[in-house]
Amino acid sequence: MNLELTEEQNLIVAMVRRFVREEILPLELNLDPDADTLDPKDQARLIEKTQSMGLYGLDIPPDYGGPDIDLVTRTLIAVEMAQHRAGLYAPCYGVFGGAGLAQLFEATEAQKAAYLYPTLRGEKRGFFGLSEASGGSDPARAIQTKAERVGDHWIINGSKLWISGADRADFGLIFARTSPDKGRGGVTCFIVDTDTPGFHVRRVVHTLRSAHYATELQFEDMSVPHSNVLGEVNKGFAIANDRLTRQRIPYAAGCIGVAIKAQEMALDYVPQRETFGAPLSSRQAIQWMLVDNELDIKQALWVTLEAASKAQQGLPYRKEAAMAKLVATEAGGRVVDRCMQMFGGLGVAKDLPFERWFREMRIRRIGEGPSEVQRHVIARELLGSSLR
Amino acid sequence: MPSALEHKPWRDLEDALVGVHGQLGVFALADAKDNTLFIGYAGGRTPFGLKGEITDRLQTTEGAVRARIEITTSYLSRYRECLMFYQAQFGCLPPLNPPERLGRLSPMV
Repeated sequence: MNLELTEEQNLIVAMVRRFVREEILPLELNLDPDADTLDPKDQARLIEKTQSMGLYGLDIPPDYGGPDIDLVTRTLIAVEMAQHRAGLYAPCYGVFGGAGLAQLFEATEAQKAAYLYPTLRGEKRGFFGLSEASGGSDPARAIQTKAERVGDHWIINGSKLWISGADRADFGLIFARTSPDKGRGGVTCFIVDTDTPGFHVRRVVHTLRSAHYATELQFEDMSVPHSNVLGEVNKGFAIANDRLTRQRIPYAAGCIGVAIKAQEMALDYVPQRETFGAPLSSRQAIQWMLVDNELDIKQALWVTLEAASKAQQGLPYRKEAAMAKLVATEAGGRVVDRCMQMFGGLGVAKDLPFERWFREMRIRRIGEGPSEVQRHVIARELLGSSLR
Repeated sequence: MPSALEHKPWRDLEDALVGVHGQLGVFALADAKDNTLFIGYAGGRTPFGLKGEITDRLQTTEGAVRARIEITTSYLSRYRECLMFYQAQFGCLPPLNPPERLGRLSPMV
């Protein structure tokens, strides 16, 4: 097993690192500490730069015009992209572009023409609507939104909670129960235009994140054409599950990136800060915090890269993705917490990014499936059919 | 007319600013008939928080004599929600707010 990066990976990582340090960090000095967007002029300028770097639209498959980047390299890039104040929820403020909703790559040609291609061109935005007030970690049972077929249309009634981006989106993937008694075999995914009568964004849900908010949605007799079913009727759970598993790797990578940046700041700070006539770095209590940080970061990084490597090779990676998400989100929280402690009062002030990372990192242990669910996934993979 | 901060009473500016110091939060300014003129926020880089931001804003908000103030650390999401709420009610932003890229909200009335 070769743990060294290839020459190409090293070059790409160095390029993204330089971009974050030279382009993103200086802009953040003048932004609100909780900002998740750039000035539109800066945004456009930086998108031009990432395009010229050949790294725009990182998650778009090469067949659709994206850069041909393997998942391990993509994970390394995600680690670098998160190394700034807004890095957890707005890595590089989106100037590397996105693929939109990866599930649309499996859509019909008509659906691709209506939704995927406009999204890739930046003309449309989508959102992913899975979680409900009844729960998000167990969609097979928790989904109560119902869709009933009437002729060529489906009538959808229900609600969704914790949905990001729905208020600004042009369409969304909405999961609804189409066969009440079939559990995970009774869920269907619909592509829904947000201007459909009966689609409502009812409220903003305020959380520890001040900028990147979630919303609550309500659907009242929302009529969606049958042609907007994504995949097959009653096969939506597989689409949701695939997305949940796939998403755990970049989610972990973001936490690692922030942890690396926090550790780097602490390593710069403790030799300079003196207490009782000696630098903080001479204190064993501080040294051990730094050592524990390093262990947390390395463990999380290797587990996450292993998950990416398995996914890249087409091997089963559900267990590894769950391990990456679990290890990285918990490690990231510990690292940021220790760094805040080392910085003392400065650590909790909005002058430095720790307080934002601390708040947002806490969400990471819950979002995309809480730690307990990841442990459940891992246990199920370990025990297989013997688990009841 | 109502604003997005309806649970907070309109108060005369002098009264409203009493007890508000360096906190973070959102606010609305209105004329004597309680027509909302401007919705703003005091964020993490605002000198002297709400008091500083409102005092500064009054220099450019002619006719503002009343205010609603909400102290919150979720000032950015709350600010955007207030603007979206106003837009949902009136179909436009408050007269002195600059154009802003916002989402759509259809709150229960």
